[in-house]
Amino acid sequence: MKSLETSLRALRDSGRTALVPYFMAGLTDDWTATIDALVEGGADAIEIGLPFSDPLMDGVVIQQAGTRALERGANLDSILDELGKRRFSVPLIVMTYYNVLLHEGLASAAAKLHRAGVVGAIIPDLTLEESSEWRAHCDANDIATILMVAPSTNDSRAAALVATTEGFAYASARMAVTGAASDEGSGGEVVSMIRRHSDVPAYIGIGITTPTQAAQAGQVADGVIVGSVLVKLLMDGASSAEVTAFVASLRAAL
Amino acid sequence: MAQLDVMGTPNDDGRFGDFGGRFVPEALYPAVSELDAAFREAWGDPGFREEFHTTLRIFGGRPTPVTPLPRLSEELGIRLYAKREDLAHTGSHKLNNVVGQALLTRRMGKTRMIAETGAGQHGVASATAAARLGLECTVYMGEIDTRRQILNVFRMELLGAKVVPVTSGSRTLKDAVGEAMREWVTCVSDTHYCLGSVMGPHPFPWMVREFQSIIGVESREQMKEFESEVPDAIVACVGGGSNAAGIFAGFANDTSRLIGVEALGGAAIASGEPGVLHGMRSMLLQDPHGQIREAHSISAGLDYPGIGPEHAHLAASGRAEYVSIGDDEVLDALSLLSRYEGIIPALETAHAVAWIAKEAGKSLPKGSTVLLNLSGRGDKDVAQVKEMLDGK
Repeated sequence: MKSLETSLRALRDSGRTALVPYFMAGLTDDWTATIDALVEGGADAIEIGLPFSDPLMDGVVIQQAGTRALERGANLDSILDELGKRRFSVPLIVMTYYNVLLHEGLASAAAKLHRAGVVGAIIPDLTLEESSEWRAHCDANDIATILMVAPSTNDSRAAALVATTEGFAYASARMAVTGAASDEGSGGEVVSMIRRHSDVPAYIGIGITTPTQAAQAGQVADGVIVGSVLVKLLMDGASSAEVTAFVASLRAAL
Repeated sequence: MAQLDVMGTPNDDGRFGDFGGRFVPEALYPAVSELDAAFREAWGDPGFREEFHTTLRIFGGRPTPVTPLPRLSEELGIRLYAKREDLAHTGSHKLNNVVGQALLTRRMGKTRMIAETGAGQHGVASATAAARLGLECTVYMGEIDTRRQILNVFRMELLGAKVVPVTSGSRTLKDAVGEAMREWVTCVSDTHYCLGSVMGPHPFPWMVREFQSIIGVESREQMKEFESEVPDAIVACVGGGSNAAGIFAGFANDTSRLIGVEALGGAAIASGEPGVLHGMRSMLLQDPHGQIREAHSISAGLDYPGIGPEHAHLAASGRAEYVSIGDDEVLDALSLLSRYEGIIPALETAHAVAWIAKEAGKSLPKGSTVLLNLSGRGDKDVAQVKEMLDGK
């Protein structure tokens, strides 16, 4: 079992609902300080976006954040170099698109992620069917590849996805790309489908914006992922204290 | 595993050699699987094929003729023919694909189509097929393109479609494709994504090629009226590559040279590297960090940083050749075909004409037979051409 899953299972066993904030790497010069602010607010793991020019699974907020990071010159090497200078108290997971890794070379990308202290990867455009080569390189580098399960996923496909995912299963709360949503979503049904097949931790994300939505998701899932709303705060120039306070409000709701 | 025929039926994984496949968010995976099954079933049903061919005949103006081009042939010293996709309804080959996909949309019980468009040709064709079959249609178009092609926006609206300007990224075709795919995630239960070229996740590259292969099948038969042998060379312009795939499919198992002409500023085969974009593994223009570069061409239809995965495979295997033509060579070619043969081609098609004119007597030997896929008419481009000629 990968170290990410070991620690997330231990977290669940301790009775704590995991809070996983997402933000885009490379938005500012001192972007790694954002990690400290998130941890201080009560994050249990951090999802770090590695920018890509054509993010198929992201709504407008994260698209704009990616564009800004790329315009500032961020790339895989620069981001991982900065990340690797420090060690953090919570697991780090990257979220990016397959071409960023493929262009680097899968073996090299996995090794560089490992050296930077990354223990998990979410690659939304890498389907289960196309993922075996990447996952083999992850095995050599203790990186958990986290797969998504969507409301459109049927039961037999969900079984295959949760048998392969590592760390946790990412339950998509709704049929949408990342970004704010006002409804409750259908994350609960997706979590039930995941649990029929596996005891892997099940986390809900996509469109979770408010402490109330986070609390609803936390009642059915082992963890909650919050991204776009936080990225919006950072894009608007929020201070570390404001970021910490927002994460703390989510933490309190869980 | 058995060797596939050249341009044969791909396996379930949708691979063409090292290229193709399916790289989509999980939320879309069930939809592309369902589409694969639905297309395989429909394409194996003679009733569906009959409906497809009948619609293209009584509504689409097919079969389009093959026209000998005698004056230009004499000028260039070759025997040149044109497959007249410019004469199909809406003015290009695009209708073949959208009629197929619109019929399939209805067969799958869906009531709505979304589509992306660059210059507007695929958007207009999609709006046309949707109107014909009583489907709702929404077209995603880069905001810059909506301004460049304002008349096509109006055409789509006249046809009852809704046009949504896309403001992300470079605000052109690449971003329109991305936005259509993002939108598809939210409405996949009642909506089909009518992709406009031989690209995207499996089954699109294969399905679109099959719908477009009517070009090659017809022209192979039609050429017999003029020549006893198949043409020495088949030449077509390539953006995503649907008109080229369609005509190549008729000659893939013959000895004819297959030549795809890309725009120099969007030459995915010549200047690209393997990568993954918009659901497919193919040849793509990229920067040193794997970010997708923007293409640049005077013809909006070739303004795409990638190419269909089957073309990447045909290039890698050597069965087809891919060449490129710069913006500066295109206007002369457009004038040449207009003055010698009375046919104003689309700027996209003019790339293929330019390459033929350049290579006649060289890599197209004197006296050789050449079939040009005249993929679209130039009416949409005349204002732009006038501006460029006036500025020369």
